[in-house]
Amino acid sequence: MALRQTELRPMGKPVGRKEDPRLIRGKGRYVDDVMLPNMLYLCLVRSPYAHARIRRIDTSAALAAPGVKLVLTGEDLAQMNIDWMPTLAGDRQMVLARDKVLFQYQEVAAVVAETRAQAEDAAQLIEVDYEPLPVVVDPFKALEPDAPIVREDREQKSNHIWHWEAGDREETDALFREAPIVVKQQVRFPRVHPSPLEPCGCVADYDSARSKLTFYVTSQAPHVHRTVLAMVTGFPEHQIQVISPDVGGGFGNKVPVYPGYVCAIAASLKLGVPVKWIETRTENITSTHFARDFHMTAEIAAREDGKVLALRVKTIADHGAFDAAANPTKFPAGLFSIVTGSYDFKAAHVEVDGVFTNKPPGGVAYRCSFRVTEASYLIERTMDILARRLNMDPAELRLRNFIRKEQFPYRSPTGWVYDSGDYEKTLKLALERIGYEELRKEQAEKRARGELMGIGISTFTEIVGAGPAHTFDIVGIKMFDSAQIRVHPTGKVIARLGVRHQGQGHETTFAQIIAEELGLSVDDVLIEEGDTDTAPYGLGTYASRSTPTAGGAAALCARRIREKARKIASHLLEVSEDDVVWDGTAFSVKGLPGRSVTMKDVAFAAYTNVPEGIEPGLEATYYYNPPNLTFPNGAYIAVVDIDKGTGAVKVRRFLAVDDCGNVINPMIVEGQVHGGVTEGFAIAFMQDIPYDADGNCLAPNWMDYLVPTALDTPRWETDRTVTPSPHHPIGAKGVGESPNVGSPAAFVNAVVDALAPLGVEHIDMPIYPWKVWRILREHGVTE
Amino acid sequence: MKIRVKVNGRWYESDVEPRTLLAYWLREDLKLTGTHIGCDTTSCGACTVLLDGKAVKSCTVLAVQANGREVMTVEGLERNGQLHPLQSAFWECHALQCGYCTPGMLMASYALLQENPNPTEEEIREGLSGNICRCTGYMNIVKAVQTAARKMSGESQEALEEVAANGASAD
Ligand code: FES
Ligand code: FES
Repeated sequence: MALRQTELRPMGKPVGRKEDPRLIRGKGRYVDDVMLPNMLYLCLVRSPYAHARIRRIDTSAALAAPGVKLVLTGEDLAQMNIDWMPTLAGDRQMVLARDKVLFQYQEVAAVVAETRAQAEDAAQLIEVDYEPLPVVVDPFKALEPDAPIVREDREQKSNHIWHWEAGDREETDALFREAPIVVKQQVRFPRVHPSPLEPCGCVADYDSARSKLTFYVTSQAPHVHRTVLAMVTGFPEHQIQVISPDVGGGFGNKVPVYPGYVCAIAASLKLGVPVKWIETRTENITSTHFARDFHMTAEIAAREDGKVLALRVKTIADHGAFDAAANPTKFPAGLFSIVTGSYDFKAAHVEVDGVFTNKPPGGVAYRCSFRVTEASYLIERTMDILARRLNMDPAELRLRNFIRKEQFPYRSPTGWVYDSGDYEKTLKLALERIGYEELRKEQAEKRARGELMGIGISTFTEIVGAGPAHTFDIVGIKMFDSAQIRVHPTGKVIARLGVRHQGQGHETTFAQIIAEELGLSVDDVLIEEGDTDTAPYGLGTYASRSTPTAGGAAALCARRIREKARKIASHLLEVSEDDVVWDGTAFSVKGLPGRSVTMKDVAFAAYTNVPEGIEPGLEATYYYNPPNLTFPNGAYIAVVDIDKGTGAVKVRRFLAVDDCGNVINPMIVEGQVHGGVTEGFAIAFMQDIPYDADGNCLAPNWMDYLVPTALDTPRWETDRTVTPSPHHPIGAKGVGESPNVGSPAAFVNAVVDALAPLGVEHIDMPIYPWKVWRILREHGVTE
Repeated sequence: MKIRVKVNGRWYESDVEPRTLLAYWLREDLKLTGTHIGCDTTSCGACTVLLDGKAVKSCTVLAVQANGREVMTVEGLERNGQLHPLQSAFWECHALQCGYCTPGMLMASYALLQENPNPTEEEIREGLSGNICRCTGYMNIVKAVQTAARKMSGESQEALEEVAANGASAD
């Protein structure tokens, strides 16, 4: 049960959320709630073909339709020099297609009208004459020499985008040559979609008299959006104000800039009135960016006693029609090289090839630190395959191979320096809490009776919190983050940060950090994010980076304030600064605890009674460039029972033991774990976006792309260990994505474990009941 | 078409296109933006409101179908500055994260508790299965509905006692 917000020392406590009072009253302000005078609506016309030449676009009927104010095509945008825009991965993307379309549902024209309905009606009247072209949807076929070229605009006439590697090929090959045991598995991580409940959208409001563009957008990264929009439109950056109002979930979907945004801005610039574009769910799934779609092959070389030696990984990454994966510049395959996971490999070599296909662009970090979900799933799956080969318990194999606690800071074979962890402790806690030994006994009894029960383990290591700035940038902008704190005369605080929450509870957790550092209560601290005119520059909220980056900035910024406050306190207490001690809630005189002043006293003095030689006021800004990433980790265990008649998998129990370092608010951490495991569960059992040979999307809405309801979703058990990050100002690591990163492997490992007596080694996600049913029938298992 | 609809206790008159959906009429004509829209296939329930006391997905009801009838939206839950027990339970139990599903969840839960003041966990999950939440994983939503159910039965117990002591008021 949530605590009140008026207590001092709120760190680590389940403080009730400050954002909730408006949201439970229906008084949130999401982007579609922005309704401005004279506002018009924009509707996009999309391609029915996955690959086709555009011969002609006839807009005359649409222009004559009731209420229509403007129609935009690629030609119109070309005249404004905005028919292409940069992606966050160093490629470029068409805003509205001109010569040809590259995927089904691609944006071809925009209609602006007085009402939503008029815009939609008129969009139907736009006639596009298409000449269909051969389509390539399979990334392996896309690499064949005679494959149709998706991107004719590039110099390189192939569908290959880039090749990327990490680790040491020779050392890895040498270890493989000598290893007595080698296992190999092909694994696909399906194409999925973050699908936050609120789709993407914006309102562009150009005020020509003030020469100002106000852009309301449901964005996880408003500052980056402003910079990119300034680059695309040529509109001066300081005259663009990006406001990301309440955001109805993001999960990575709301990091990129989408064509609809540029069209709304172009329309507002032309018409001088506000223009709103809100996508439908179908548009969300079919065009704003997808995630994953990795075709991976992993090989592990090991000794007979189970000690792992080397890891070799080859991956084909399907990026769709544009390389828009939202990755840091130097990392086209994101942080995928974390693929050695929690295990002490001697060497590793990882290769990834990016490929264009006639499918929507993306590869966004869906609740994921840039491909760590794919990496974690792959290693956890392959470790289980090795355990099976060795006939060893998967928990035992993991315990034998963990990086030991005394090895931290640990340099991985692909070059990451893990900050801290105690993997053995975390797994042992999980095994004990779930009753592992009894479960294995029960399983043996059930197997003897022909019943199918499985236990799956995943002991993942995450890598989150990009920066540091020397390694990470997005479109050239270094990945730091920021906080600015103002303490007002009455001791009340307003703090602004460069990140933008979408449900993570920053208004509460960052208030906890600042209140803790300043000896105030959460009630005293108001957190604001999402307005580029007021907040300091930051890279945004995704990849579990808010607490590692902006959380660090908040703590250090508050400490900067405390240092100044100490000077003022020494003046008020009439002792030298050295004799002033801070006890967490007040400054007092060393040895005289009765003589003290609180932060509120100091704040008042900062404006009313400033000592000589000290600048008045009490505020600070801090740009925090983290020295390293943080490495949250966890041990997850799933227990499943399989119905032999239907192939349905029932998740009987699921325990998530997380180590995310020091915890700011345990209630919020638990909520993040519940939500993330639910998404992992959905990915494991029900989600994929398939395309037919003509490039038609076969799961374009929530009837076909399944999201779990309360009835589908199991109950989750949670626990934690705490290994603080040694380099983070408050020892925190971040947790939002861990459950989504760590859980799919636990689910799949459990199902494969249940089917192991049949000789099953692997099943690709999503594990639909029919897949299991077919495997059972193939093995002659019936009810 | 002219319609007259009672929304959160007050009558509104409006001239609407026959195709106008109830959700858009509430949001754009009455500016009651607590009712959200999350899909185009009647899947998500973010738009759930009560129509004559029954939960409906307002994205799949025409505004004209509400003519002469009574609608309750999330904005109607709070009475005299007092949060409804469901609202306070959602807050206490951390049953929301981004909050986008919350109005629909609250209205679906309200309808559920009207029909079944004391639901089991299974009945709550079933009762809310037309509403999608992408953030919470539902556990805390279930807990909040259970908490609210207890509060509401406790309160009605108190109300009963008050009635016994002071006589029924004419409401
Ligand atoms: S908006 Fe999704 S069901 Fe109404
Ligand atoms: S709280 Fe975000 S969808 Fe439910």
